[in-house]
Amino acid sequence: MPSTPAPETTAPLLPPGPLDALWIQLGGTLCNLQCTHCFISCSPKNKSLDLMSLADVEPYLVEAERLGTREYYFTGGEVFIVKELEAIVERTLQQGPVTLLTNGTLTTLERATRLAEIAAATPYSLEFRVSLDGFTPETNDVIRGRGTFERAMRGVENLVSVGFLPIITATQVWDPSENLNVIAGFSEELRRRGYDRPRLKILPVLKMGAEAERTEGYADYERITEDMWRGYDASLLLCHASRTVSGRGVHICPILVDDPAGSIGTSLTESLDRPYPLTHSACYTCWQYGSICSNASSAPADGGY
Amino acid sequence: MTESSSPERVALFGGVYSNYLALESVIDDARRRGATRLYCLGDLGAFGPHPDRVFPLLVDANVQTVQGNYDHSIGHRRDDCACGYTDPKDNYFARISYSYTFENTSDRWKDWLRDLNPSIDIELAGRRVHLCHGSPRQTNEFLWESTTPDPFLRRLFRDHETDVIACTHTGLSWQRTVDTNLIVNVGVVGRPENDGCTDVSYCMLTAGENGIVADQVRVAYDHERLSAEMRSEGLPNEFTETIETGWWKSCLEILPAKERARGKC
Repeated sequence: MPSTPAPETTAPLLPPGPLDALWIQLGGTLCNLQCTHCFISCSPKNKSLDLMSLADVEPYLVEAERLGTREYYFTGGEVFIVKELEAIVERTLQQGPVTLLTNGTLTTLERATRLAEIAAATPYSLEFRVSLDGFTPETNDVIRGRGTFERAMRGVENLVSVGFLPIITATQVWDPSENLNVIAGFSEELRRRGYDRPRLKILPVLKMGAEAERTEGYADYERITEDMWRGYDASLLLCHASRTVSGRGVHICPILVDDPAGSIGTSLTESLDRPYPLTHSACYTCWQYGSICSNASSAPADGGY
Repeated sequence: MTESSSPERVALFGGVYSNYLALESVIDDARRRGATRLYCLGDLGAFGPHPDRVFPLLVDANVQTVQGNYDHSIGHRRDDCACGYTDPKDNYFARISYSYTFENTSDRWKDWLRDLNPSIDIELAGRRVHLCHGSPRQTNEFLWESTTPDPFLRRLFRDHETDVIACTHTGLSWQRTVDTNLIVNVGVVGRPENDGCTDVSYCMLTAGENGIVADQVRVAYDHERLSAEMRSEGLPNEFTETIETGWWKSCLEILPAKERARGKC
């Protein structure tokens, strides 16, 4: 008998739940950037998960509609690499609100304008989350690549100019004691660029993929145990009421989309019926912070007020 | 038309937020328009002054009341309102209003809040009407117009075995017919609709030959008196400015894109 029980034997089971949110790994692991903290190591050459087409997405949309899904998220990789993006967004907005997660560097005025036309024609919201990891080129570009700050900011300006209110999403790559300064810095910079009421979301780092090499991976103890699970409100976790689909099938969440432990078949309906063992170290981060992937702000408590 | 043949009217309102002056006006308006039953969908306290003043109005008018998240928290002497906000700015103002409301709600009414039901089911025009605060499945779930799609609503109607859902919690009114079912967010009477108008609104359900018709009714009230009382109670300027201008100055970070774009702020 091993001295330390295998995680599988001690991990709590996530009970079956509804499908409130469908995440779609539209950009696969392909990205025009190669950020040093990317938890699935996306890059221009990483084809571990391929781009998805409208034809790939359609069966999942049909299934999700039947399951009464409330909202849809498109992520990657970089979603603006996908040539059919506008058509896929237009199709999805027929049945619910959509959020696009992007690095903003490919969000031209022309594409933003087209998406604004599509959004105006539906009753449902189209949200954008634009990733930036610092409010200056110096702090951002060291993570996301040279020149990305200006290019992403131009994408933000394009979105704002056509009436969108993008949520700027920053991964907390700075010391937590700097939180208030960073939030204030982002707000000031965004206002200076014409975004009067900027929306900000701060994400915790996920110590996997490229991030594990940049800093450190998870420690052995960073897993959810039965003791930690007792009395915990499972609805705080994204996986309680969501699934992610990619070209490879159905996954428990967008974080474990490229990890064999996250694969749970090919049918959304069947994936909702089976309990899922919360064995992964990333589950520990979600246990700490709740639904980190949702649009809700996860800025530090108090936020300077 | 005789009184007995008049279509039945039911008034639904939510989010009183201690705005006892608006509540008074809404009850009067609903009675004048022929409402025979009045229901409040919860959240009696929050931004406004003198929280104890709303309860006698509800009791005297025989208003049946659903328990909102605020009512549950105050009634159970919890530490916070469980409003469901996720933004630090929203939570900052929520804490101020909760602290004031908690301190100024007497024990008698805290117990009254504690004992309210989280939902009420009624029948109107032969149809099942489910009255709740946030959503039928969760007291503090936000059902915004732009993020509550039809397939999701079909699931709620089916899972909760109802023909009509009436809710509040978001502060913005809307309604939609899905197949033969109806969802109505009745808005709130405690603060304006973030549209630059100082009126508040409630929903009047009318039982007609072809089912239920929902009309959102706007009501003016003495909002200047309310804001003066809020100032004298030391409540934040953001709360009084909301009442005075009709534009939300706090607790609006939660708004989805479409609703947020409609507002001036």
